[in-house]
Amino acid sequence: MLKESTREIRKVEQGSLPTAPEQTRPGPVYSPAVDIFETDDRISLLADMPGVKAQDLKIDLRENVLTLSGHVTAPEVGKEAPVLREYGTGTFFRQFTLSEVIDQGKIDAKLTDGVLRLELPKLERAKPRQITVKVN
Amino acid sequence: MLLRRVWPSRPAFENPFAEFDQLRREMLRVFDAVAGSDSTRDFSAGVFPPMNVTQDDGNFYLRAEVPGIQAKDLSISALRNRVSISGKREIPQESDRVSYHRKERAEGEFSRTVTLPSEVAADRVEAHYADGILTLTLPKAEEAKPRQIAVKS
Repeated sequence: MLKESTREIRKVEQGSLPTAPEQTRPGPVYSPAVDIFETDDRISLLADMPGVKAQDLKIDLRENVLTLSGHVTAPEVGKEAPVLREYGTGTFFRQFTLSEVIDQGKIDAKLTDGVLRLELPKLERAKPRQITVKVN
Repeated sequence: MLLRRVWPSRPAFENPFAEFDQLRREMLRVFDAVAGSDSTRDFSAGVFPPMNVTQDDGNFYLRAEVPGIQAKDLSISALRNRVSISGKREIPQESDRVSYHRKERAEGEFSRTVTLPSEVAADRVEAHYADGILTLTLPKAEEAKPRQIAVKS
């Protein structure tokens, strides 16, 4: 049952678009790790974006392209001297193509402890239906 | 005879793995070109959590990227010039009816120890967790602090 709808929704899985638009903000760009999973009535997306504050996170959906973009301001700049550097701070950016089956008006986003959770409910007509066979 | 079949005679290389290494580098280069150079984050040997350490005159600051972790699941200890961070990252189980398209986020236990350039006052270390970043403020021990020396004339 789930498999049927999966085919159409698989578009979401195609992931980052091959050509990313040009950045207007200087600095490095990182791709956040994501989990994407699906149930009968929705698709959920979890993304690790450590250091991003809610006001610096932009979620944009237009023409079926979902864009996640979060900017991290490095807290240490200017005042402190580096000793060890293992991660860079900059912008988290990733895009996904959504199929039309998403109810774009009901998308819900939550950011807790650096993890973004997006709930993308499917449109009523796209939900899988069990078809019962009638016997005359 | 069997030996000859398994190890066919061929010119000896200086390093038998040089070819593999070359191949590996070539493949990484191709992957990067296909996925765009932003695809890989610049972790050193894939350690978790990645840390940044900075200092000013009075303190060391250690920041670690640990998104989605409960503060209670973190354990931090400091002794002389060493700081240890350990913990567990759990990704809550979704219901049985989900099917995954992507699963890139890792979970599990981790433990790391870093050695700082000088000793810290372990009893005054402060830890703060916000937005997935753990920040430790480690005051330098009194004897490790830089001192201003006045020149007498």
